[in-house]
Amino acid sequence: MIINHPLLGPRDAAEFVYLGDASLIDRPDWEAEDAAAQFHAYGYLRDNPAGAHQELWYHEQGDRSWLVVTRDTTTHEITQVELARDVARARGRDR
Amino acid sequence: MSQTHRIGDGQVDRSREISFRFNDRWMKGHPGDTLASALLANGKKLVGRSFKYHRPRGVFTCGSEEPNALVQLRTGAHQEPNTRATTVELFEGLSATSQNHRGSLEWDLMAVTDLMSPFLSAGFYYKTFMWPRAFWEKLYEPVIRSSAGLGRLSMQEDPDHYDKGFLHCDLLVIGAGPSGLMAALVAARSGARVILADEDFAPGGRLNAETLELGGMAGADWAARVVAELADMPNVRVMPRTTVYGAYDHGVYGALERCTDHLAESGGKPRQILWRIYSKRAVLAAGATERPIAFGNNDRPGVMMAGAVRAYVNRFGVTPGHHVAVFTNNDDGWRTAKDLAGKGVEVVAVIDSRDKPAVCEVPGARHVRGAAVMDTVGRKGVKAITLTDGQVIPVDCLAVSGGWNPNVHLTCHQRGRPEWRDDLQAFVPGGALPPGMAVAGAANGQMTLAAALAEGQAQAKAQLEALGHTVANVDVPEAEDEPREAAAFWHVKESKKRAWVDQQNDVTVKDVKLANREGFRSVELLKRYTTLGMATDQGKTSNIAGLAILAEEAGKTIPEVGTTIFRPPYTPVPMGALAGRARGKDFRPYRLTPSHNWAEENGATFVEVGNWLRAQWFARDGEKGWRDSVDREVEMTRNSVGICDVTTLGKIDIQGKDAAEFLNKVYCNGFATLAVGKVRYGLMLREDGIAYDDGTTARMGENHFVMTTTTANAVVVFRRLEFARQCLWPNLDVHLISTTDGWAQFAVAGPNSRKLLQKVVDKEHDLSNEAFPFMACGEVTVCGGMPARLFRISFSGELAYEIAVPARYGNSMMDVLMEAGREFDAVPYGTEALGVMRIEKGHAAGNELNGQTTAHNLGMGRMVSQKKECIGNVLSQRPEMLREDAVKLMGLKPVNPAEPLIAGMHFINRNASANMDNDQGWMTSVAYSPSLGHSIGLGFIKSGDTRKGEILRAVSPVHGREVLVEVVSAHFIDPEGERLRA
Repeated sequence: MIINHPLLGPRDAAEFVYLGDASLIDRPDWEAEDAAAQFHAYGYLRDNPAGAHQELWYHEQGDRSWLVVTRDTTTHEITQVELARDVARARGRDR
Repeated sequence: MSQTHRIGDGQVDRSREISFRFNDRWMKGHPGDTLASALLANGKKLVGRSFKYHRPRGVFTCGSEEPNALVQLRTGAHQEPNTRATTVELFEGLSATSQNHRGSLEWDLMAVTDLMSPFLSAGFYYKTFMWPRAFWEKLYEPVIRSSAGLGRLSMQEDPDHYDKGFLHCDLLVIGAGPSGLMAALVAARSGARVILADEDFAPGGRLNAETLELGGMAGADWAARVVAELADMPNVRVMPRTTVYGAYDHGVYGALERCTDHLAESGGKPRQILWRIYSKRAVLAAGATERPIAFGNNDRPGVMMAGAVRAYVNRFGVTPGHHVAVFTNNDDGWRTAKDLAGKGVEVVAVIDSRDKPAVCEVPGARHVRGAAVMDTVGRKGVKAITLTDGQVIPVDCLAVSGGWNPNVHLTCHQRGRPEWRDDLQAFVPGGALPPGMAVAGAANGQMTLAAALAEGQAQAKAQLEALGHTVANVDVPEAEDEPREAAAFWHVKESKKRAWVDQQNDVTVKDVKLANREGFRSVELLKRYTTLGMATDQGKTSNIAGLAILAEEAGKTIPEVGTTIFRPPYTPVPMGALAGRARGKDFRPYRLTPSHNWAEENGATFVEVGNWLRAQWFARDGEKGWRDSVDREVEMTRNSVGICDVTTLGKIDIQGKDAAEFLNKVYCNGFATLAVGKVRYGLMLREDGIAYDDGTTARMGENHFVMTTTTANAVVVFRRLEFARQCLWPNLDVHLISTTDGWAQFAVAGPNSRKLLQKVVDKEHDLSNEAFPFMACGEVTVCGGMPARLFRISFSGELAYEIAVPARYGNSMMDVLMEAGREFDAVPYGTEALGVMRIEKGHAAGNELNGQTTAHNLGMGRMVSQKKECIGNVLSQRPEMLREDAVKLMGLKPVNPAEPLIAGMHFINRNASANMDNDQGWMTSVAYSPSLGHSIGLGFIKSGDTRKGEILRAVSPVHGREVLVEVVSAHFIDPEGERLRA
């Protein structure tokens, strides 16, 4: 596979390490009333879509950027690649 | 034996002779021959034995689809089993042996299995070896094993080299037949970067095998001219002997180039190269493969594919027989008859299953309309054929054509499904091709020459235009559209004898019918039940006939039955090529510590720790075993001073005005309050609350920290910190860099460590206990001004420091430290002594931080702060993880000091029997403690913290051993920590 890195252009997937669902960005509030339940869902529950899937890839053999890659799980077509930091900020990570 | 069947030149160079050996016989061939063509030239019909029934078999095709002519090539360590004689290029001194027989090829003792064939039908193994159960291991498996498989491995290390490489291009053209050459020519003249790959050693595809003309010249000559033009162009890479075996994601193709397989000696060059080709676009021009018709005893040597027979005649100047009959269900089979007759070979008869007039004139041949071949005679070579009308015709070769299948394989590597075309009676590429791929020529169902050329040109043009190239105008040479009408005719129903569908796996028409009767009606089940389409040829000649017969039996159409999934590789790829250079010692790179040379010169024994080679101990003269060395290293360190290279621990430089807040979030204990110039032990948790990694972090400045991780987790901790920094807390002002390789770090431990360091660290730095107490850190200089970092931390439990210098000075630093330590009798120590001392001190390491244990288990539960946000603290508070009776890390000592402990022993109460119900925990680490004079251990024990003084059984059923142990504090040495604060 080839991942079109937003800063470095097309790079071979072998340079990357895969983590999983980009929902891992949405770490719950540790002070919430139901923090334990939220962290349980965060840690253990994932959607498994047949189709577009946002996932985290780490450019370990490169610039060490974490990326959010939107990949179709049925065709491996990659439709979007973003810096995970930009995604995290856009999703409202406040620190 | 002489070349009795050589009838002309073809494209071989008859001015030169090549000697080669098959089994014990030397024969002659010429440059340009394959092993198969040379064997046929020498009249050698019988070349192998079939897989299951050990039936005599001969050359069947002229390409990589060959199911029968599998031989062992070369000798000694170079021996390679299951090579296809039809693709092996002849070279001087080539040595091949037939395989899969006991005794000689001609008199195979295992041929008796053929007589047992009524008992060996599809699913035989599944049905037969079920009972009695006890027979499996003792009888069935050994017998099956000894008769399974085809060729044999040399059982020696492969002496050849293999390489891997990467290539990039605008257009990859797969196949150098007419449409591939046309596509490559268009792209090349348009200035695109082109790779043209073909599995054959002579590009041209079927043009080399046919008598068709292009633009007024012989097809093979046109191909040679185009290839010569392409080879001269700087933007083109022509790759003969290169099979593109797989179509992967995003335009990446796998290819195997056979670099020196056609030479007697590799001359030190890589034998094969596994290429990864990155293409913007691709044109697949893989051609088509002829398929047989199933009839009684259709597997005899001499029964061959019609297209192959005329390829041997036209390309190699070899006729497989002197009295040839052709059996066809289509127009193309007639061309074999015509070409053979044209070369003076006697064509006895053309048997056409269709009741239609002759397609062309074949001088001297009998035309049998609407008939079929029912049976053949001749055990080791066909002698005669019997037709459905009862005629018996003596022949020594029967050329069979059941039509042609487009080679759709690569179009399906991304789960695409081919589509059925009734007019061709074949599958053609379906709608969902791998992105970027276009198909041209016979592979796309354009079965005639003029159409194939035109499509090659058109597809290349379309692909280049999509890439924004200006496409050069290239004329398509004039060529004919040969007659290509074909009928659906798969097997001869009148045949009473066994009729082979898959010759490589000995699958007959009867087996396919049986599978259907027994309910294996899906093609995927049919394949696995009967083995149809498995092994080296993957059913290239047999699959469609199998499907057709299944469809017929099940009352379905062929497209309803469908095909099995095509997966890479298209043809077999050797393990050696997949491994490349990554084998043996080079399987992965080694990392050497900065003081490696010093350690080597001073007698170190090394151990692999992850990718690192670390000194394990330093043996001295007179020491009888590793324990002598390790005990001495521990004693000398504890009595005076020892030095150990600890560079392998991960080092992460953390800077930024939010660095302290960041550390607070990744460690479960607090770091925000750590003073500048101080070090703190930190524990990291996983988000699920399990302990993850530990180490020390030093605050070098207000906004500057240096973190250490365990050696094993250096890479993953760094990855995780970047994740936390970029994904979880993206607004923190903090930056990370790994400095593991930047600094050489040495532990200097023991009561004399301060005195030693005072000689090395420049005088202006006060190392007194007051000025530089336990857990202090700072920038210093050594040896008169060289920058260094000093940390007063202790893994051994002694007064100890770690000193770091730029990595390039690491080896000299070891010299300097040892020289300065001479007056104290300083000793270098390795990982074993390091381990002993940490067990004596009760420090957790990998055995304890094993991914199953919590801070609570480790006795560090109180470190997990609930007053701040940090990874893992929420889920670490789940009730089940905080149970009162959870296991706790404790020390263990044998009641009888003479008895050794074993890691992995489980604890059982004294009065209880040793079973898992009574399990009280397990021993994680053990060592012989030279300081205490007996074995000691660390282990997790249920409610261990309340059980000090209790005597337990430590049992290891695996070793058949049991020891009585006493539960003690994990801190065997200096439990109050007086030494390290001295």
